[in-house]
Amino acid sequence: MGGTSFEKRLCRYGKHDFIMIEESTIKEGIKTQEYFVNMGPQHPSTHGVLRLMLELDGENVKKVIPHIGYIHRSIEKMCEKDSYRQIVHLTDRMDYLSAHMNNEAVCLLVENGLEIEVSDRVKVIRTIMSELTRLASHQLWWGVMGMDLGALTSFLYGFRDRELINDIFEETCGARLTMNYNVPGGVMFDIHPNFQQKVKDFIKHFKTKLPEYDDLLSNNVIFRQRTEGIGVLTKEDAISYGITGPTGRASGFSNDIRKHKPYSAYDRVEFKEILMETGDTFSRYKARILEMWESMSIIEQLIDNIPEGEIQSSAVKAVIKLPKGEYYQSVETARGELGVYVVSDGLKSPYRVKFRSPGFSNLFILDHLAHDYKIADLVAMMSTIDLVVPDIDR
Amino acid sequence: MDNESLKSKITAWEPDATFVEEGSQFLNVIITPEKVLNLANKLRFDENMLFDFMFCLTCVDYPDHFMMVYHLRSIKNKHEMVLKVKIDNKEKPEVETLSAIWRTAEYHEREVYDLFGVVFLNHPDLRRILLDEEWVGHPLRKDYVDTVNMISL
Repeated sequence: MGGTSFEKRLCRYGKHDFIMIEESTIKEGIKTQEYFVNMGPQHPSTHGVLRLMLELDGENVKKVIPHIGYIHRSIEKMCEKDSYRQIVHLTDRMDYLSAHMNNEAVCLLVENGLEIEVSDRVKVIRTIMSELTRLASHQLWWGVMGMDLGALTSFLYGFRDRELINDIFEETCGARLTMNYNVPGGVMFDIHPNFQQKVKDFIKHFKTKLPEYDDLLSNNVIFRQRTEGIGVLTKEDAISYGITGPTGRASGFSNDIRKHKPYSAYDRVEFKEILMETGDTFSRYKARILEMWESMSIIEQLIDNIPEGEIQSSAVKAVIKLPKGEYYQSVETARGELGVYVVSDGLKSPYRVKFRSPGFSNLFILDHLAHDYKIADLVAMMSTIDLVVPDIDR
Repeated sequence: MDNESLKSKITAWEPDATFVEEGSQFLNVIITPEKVLNLANKLRFDENMLFDFMFCLTCVDYPDHFMMVYHLRSIKNKHEMVLKVKIDNKEKPEVETLSAIWRTAEYHEREVYDLFGVVFLNHPDLRRILLDEEWVGHPLRKDYVDTVNMISL
């Protein structure tokens, strides 16, 4: 027969001393059996229709088998029938939290293919919009991360601040989530007269609120214990598995497209690429918090210096035909590298389109990370990988 | 390394490889399915190459062949290239898996198997990934017709 013994251990965290009681189960004599449990397709922490088949030994995760495709719409097949202007509108149905960056990827590809230079005004507006989208995405991620770990308050905080960004989007783009603001050759409308003031007000507001995020989660003892040293991803594995975005950068894998292949106005602003070393759940969390500071700094550098210029390039015709050849364009979304690969045969629709979505590559690290951790740790890891299911399924 | 030295190095390893630079921003290396595993190993581990990051893997269905497309980047040497495998056998397309060299290839290859029907030899877990196991056909092939679910404009 097995038994349970308790071991008392004095722990020190910052200024606080506390006693942690560790439970160690004596396994001898107990017959254990491995079994499978479905997590999802409807599960609050999968944030969408994602099913993970867990092979468990007690509460320890032995294997994670992701089952995806529940909302597969074959966007790539649809693109083969659509014109380039229509494709832009399909892309924000993939990663809806990075809608603006997804639109931008296709627009940049078409502009590069046609060898058209957009005006400086467009470049700066696109960059500000992208960074606002990144902030909104990270705010939602932060709120949901707290909720996944059992703290509902953070969800309300995150959504409170994200609401302000959505209002800014609504005023200029007319939409709050899937903006469709970019068109090949520029942006759809000029910015609203209130735009600059509202963005400045928001930055001022959020600079006082972001330290609250740290108070609530980053410096919380329970939160730290559930994230520090959990699910460590090495740099070599991050590269081999193709893990991009803050998830990869937390392991020291320098992959920021904004730095390595600057597009729009990223070459004229100063910002740091956030690189961490440990690669555990907490550093993935911290990387995103620090990224929010960088995004605010980028917006601040640009918001007072929006140059005059045309909003849409007149060089782009109504029917766009890319010259025969192959094109690849990548942008840095809130989740990592989104690549668009287009094979054109010179007609108005592309011959083949492939979206290299960051979520698809990032998802499959879960099995590697979660091995021998508890289910609750798996939830924490899944949160910091920041999955958006339509981005995985496409 | 610039494209010229990449070319001469690859030609020394695989004299049959053909190069295309026009109509693409990368150097394209086209090779037959039998030679790909050997060349990929060298591209990944050779000191001057070190293509350690595969950032895109996909397939294109042309009228007379399938083209596997691997986008490769070296973090250390900071160069990029595209490795392509031309599969002439459209009835029974087969190519060696590269999942042992780049782990991310395992899942992208499953997607290509699912949507194009290209079989990856020695793949650790070759199953459909996006579609149902019972699905008939491979939707991203140009000749795929689904009268029930597809809306044509």
